[in-house]
Amino acid sequence: MKKNEEKNLMSAAEIDLVLTRIAAEILEKLGPDEDFAVIGIRRRGVPLAERICARIASSRGFAVPMGILDITLYRDDLTTVSNRPMLRETRIDFDINNRSLILVDDVLFTGRTIRAALDGLVDLGRPKRVQLAVLTDRGHRELPIQADYIGKAVQTELGEIVEVRLREEDGKDGVVLLRPARRDKKTKKQ
Amino acid sequence: MASLRHKDLLGIEQLSVGEIQLILDTAEALREVAARPVKKVPALRGKTVVNLFFEPSTRTRSSFELAEKRLSADILNFSASTSSVTKGETLLDTAYNLEAMSPDIIVIRHGSAGAPHLLGRKCKASIINAGDGMHEHPTQALLDGLTVRTIKGRLEGLKIAIIGDVAHSRVARSDTILFSRMGAEVCVCGPPTLIPWEYEKLGAKTTICLEEAMDGADVIMMLRVQHERQNEAFFPSAREYASLYGLTRERMRAAKKGAIVMHPGPINRGVEIESEVADAGCSVILDQVANGIAARMAVLYLLSGNAGLTPEKSR
Repeated sequence: MKKNEEKNLMSAAEIDLVLTRIAAEILEKLGPDEDFAVIGIRRRGVPLAERICARIASSRGFAVPMGILDITLYRDDLTTVSNRPMLRETRIDFDINNRSLILVDDVLFTGRTIRAALDGLVDLGRPKRVQLAVLTDRGHRELPIQADYIGKAVQTELGEIVEVRLREEDGKDGVVLLRPARRDKKTKKQ
Repeated sequence: MASLRHKDLLGIEQLSVGEIQLILDTAEALREVAARPVKKVPALRGKTVVNLFFEPSTRTRSSFELAEKRLSADILNFSASTSSVTKGETLLDTAYNLEAMSPDIIVIRHGSAGAPHLLGRKCKASIINAGDGMHEHPTQALLDGLTVRTIKGRLEGLKIAIIGDVAHSRVARSDTILFSRMGAEVCVCGPPTLIPWEYEKLGAKTTICLEEAMDGADVIMMLRVQHERQNEAFFPSAREYASLYGLTRERMRAAKKGAIVMHPGPINRGVEIESEVADAGCSVILDQVANGIAARMAVLYLLSGNAGLTPEKSR
């Protein structure tokens, strides 16, 4: 697909600031004694979760456990897509029972990824509570889901694409808004 | 994005290097499911899988069944001894009857080579070959590949010795194709009556000397001596076989350091493998069983959207 009309939504410095703020908000909201863990949703939720964990560790003085969740097996469109999406490992090496969990993802859009993530977590145990942190909220929810910590809320058209680039995956940091050149048929970000 | 664009899995022969890698990567990701408190994921919810076994099988069949259950599929089990096959129904009629129940995937084991291929051409459902005659047993090769890759970290450049009744073994054929395609060096070894020399065409070395096959091997794969073939006089006696081709502690002492011992099971203790070797730290026979479920889950997952694609051209 041809993409053009790139518009910057967040710079690298802004991402840095926002993650620091989210880490502080998490600590403020959960209180000093809360036993919690951070779960990054593959793919770009993982480096974001790592960065949030690093900030929490430096302000709290000790590390919080971090896990990685792959939601592929829980997608609600598996019966309709003909190509099986690439599967990666879920790696949560700690007990999630009776623990508060912070789910981390890059973009909150339809809410379907988070629905799948919640299903995935339920299969692993019964957390005390689950909260959601996202770098950007672009609206257009299709399910009753909202985030507890939002880096930046942006107004978007349904056909536009919010692309998060992170140095761990893409070499540099930045969030951009892409408008398709033509009105192409497009798959929604799950 | 990498994908498996096949309707059926009939043999390793049809798979490219990239496709084998995709299946092994997917299996590795799925292995984690077995460690969960709730050992089930919803990926195949609403899909129907038929297990059609014309030959007795316990481990392959239960491994498939568990893989299907862990993916939340609905399962229908047919075995030859309890089905209409004993009443004279042909394979095709059985298949048409099953097809009328609109399954998504049929897992078939049959005594005749090519039976899964026939079903693949006639049925809309995806067919998975769970062993056809002396031809192929692709999911066994995939679980073997997964086991070796997990322990050794790679397949390329390894030396694999496959020892025993190669002639009657579909495992040996599928393993040979998989390992040589992935860049390993395969050597098959056994009594001259049980080594088909055409194995060199599959890219393997052949030898009748056990010491030569084991020399420098990273993986020693022992095949089962098929007792049902004892009367066909391929070798004089089980005792002689054990003394010439059995894997003993003494022979293991001469093996390369860190070499692993594999066996597709069921093992004949004291014939092709000494009890102490089967239970030793170098033996990964039970890892193979555990990996079998993950490998089969991967195949089921990757094929589950492909029913209705154009069937393979059979080779």
